[in-house]
Amino acid sequence: MTRFFLWCATWGLIGLVLLMPPAVILAEALSHGIMPALKTLQDPDGIAAIELTLEVTVVAVVLNTIFGILAAWLLTRFRFPGRGLLLVLVELPLSISPVVSGLVWLLLFGAQGWWGSALDRMGIQIAFAVPGIILATLFVTLPYVVRTLIPLMEQQGRDAEEAATLAGAGFWQILFRVTLPGARVALFSGVLMTTARAMGEFGAVSVVSGHIPGLTETMPLHIESLYNGYQTVAAFTMAALLAFMSMTVVFLRSLPDFMNRTREDPS
Amino acid sequence: MVAGKMKKAFALFWQGGDSTLPGYRLSLTVTLVWTGFFIILPLFALALRPWQNGFGMVLNELHDTRMFAALWTSFSSAVAAALLNIPLGLFLAWMLVRGHLPGRKMADALIDLPLAIPTAVSGITLATLYSPRGWLGAPLSKIGIDVAYTRTGIVLALMFVGLPFMVRTIEPVLKNLPHELEEAARLLGARPRQVIGRVLLAPLIPTVITGFGLAFARGMGEYGSVIFIAGNQPFKSEIAPLLIVVRLQEFDYSGATAIALILLLISFLSLIFVGAVRKKLSVWTSAS
Repeated sequence: MTRFFLWCATWGLIGLVLLMPPAVILAEALSHGIMPALKTLQDPDGIAAIELTLEVTVVAVVLNTIFGILAAWLLTRFRFPGRGLLLVLVELPLSISPVVSGLVWLLLFGAQGWWGSALDRMGIQIAFAVPGIILATLFVTLPYVVRTLIPLMEQQGRDAEEAATLAGAGFWQILFRVTLPGARVALFSGVLMTTARAMGEFGAVSVVSGHIPGLTETMPLHIESLYNGYQTVAAFTMAALLAFMSMTVVFLRSLPDFMNRTREDPS
Repeated sequence: MVAGKMKKAFALFWQGGDSTLPGYRLSLTVTLVWTGFFIILPLFALALRPWQNGFGMVLNELHDTRMFAALWTSFSSAVAAALLNIPLGLFLAWMLVRGHLPGRKMADALIDLPLAIPTAVSGITLATLYSPRGWLGAPLSKIGIDVAYTRTGIVLALMFVGLPFMVRTIEPVLKNLPHELEEAARLLGARPRQVIGRVLLAPLIPTVITGFGLAFARGMGEYGSVIFIAGNQPFKSEIAPLLIVVRLQEFDYSGATAIALILLLISFLSLIFVGAVRKKLSVWTSAS
């Protein structure tokens, strides 16, 4: 009896706290039916926002994955003075407010920043333009690949790699044939977390963007301007799309786990 | 003597210790360039900016009462939300690990939902849900509780984004706690309240503090999920990250940077505090 009551309480809580928000998104997006909702997605500014989000995400994921793999290699395979400091530095963006993560780029490249006016004279604009959005996104997504790879690669040990070195394998061969195949689940998970964060980042991007519809608005920023402009259906349709993309990416993380289980478990 | 040590340290740094694996210099160069540009350079800009207009300006910033009001709003809301998440997190984690919950896997996946929904989407959604005409806002306002555009709204939004941190910190530790301890305590005649308090909760204290620290740090800097539900009235429901944005729109970079530095300091202090408390408690629990 107590147990039944606890089950009801748990699912009630989950429903109230966690399931209600996605239900609200769908209800608001479809409040006038499905056609008006789909129609809002054809707006050119909306399409531009989707394209910009995809572009920024691809750049952030590619660059931070390359960095993440090399940094994890450095931090797990070598012991050198300053290693502890680097370990702290690569995790730092996680404990910095998103708004501050955007602000730092204005301090460097904004009109009042260190190099802003010099770059402006050369005709290069970084703040309030796409390069600024990319820099802010790279900053907030920097830790994810490194921090998922490090514990796994630490646990892997160096034996197989040392054997490969003795057998005459080079750095790239070891990395792609020995290390990464063993760490592929962690790498996959890190890449997915980077993707989700890059797509959904709001605070940091909002500070450096300049909010020009069709030019420097990513999906989260476009959602904000639609919502503040009382275009509720359009705002929630875009929100539903973004939430769907992000949730798919996050839940894909448990895919390797799931596949392994079905393979090992014959039943 | 010192010079000899320095030389040795430098040699170690240059060769990457005693590892025989290749790729040290390449990965070192890439890591140093990337962290140098993306972490160290921005931190320098942040630390140096307030002093750029002279020492007097720094003192001036410290008289900004609106800034302290905003910092207090963020701080108190983050503490309240993290505290309220402790019982919620403990309950959910316990039900997931020990509760034989029907649909456990589904529930477990749903815990990550607040992390999976982008902050701006959470923001407009919670604002709609708790608005005076919203699904939860309407019944609440009937019994006299106004959520949207008040501090309560800020706390609720922060609880939403902070909950996964609490559950995910407690869950693995609870899983590793031997189940026999609870049964042994029960067999020895402990009452349910004693089992929960002394056997279950006591070893979880360091974990709960870690979860609290993570949820608090996230809440202190949170922006997207809060600004739509908060009224954003100066001195009342304006959070510190929003005031940074306001200062930037006024082209007051020094004012914005001052708030940013204080936020950064608070999050470092909370990380250090959590680390210290955990160390002390883990010594204490393993000794007893």
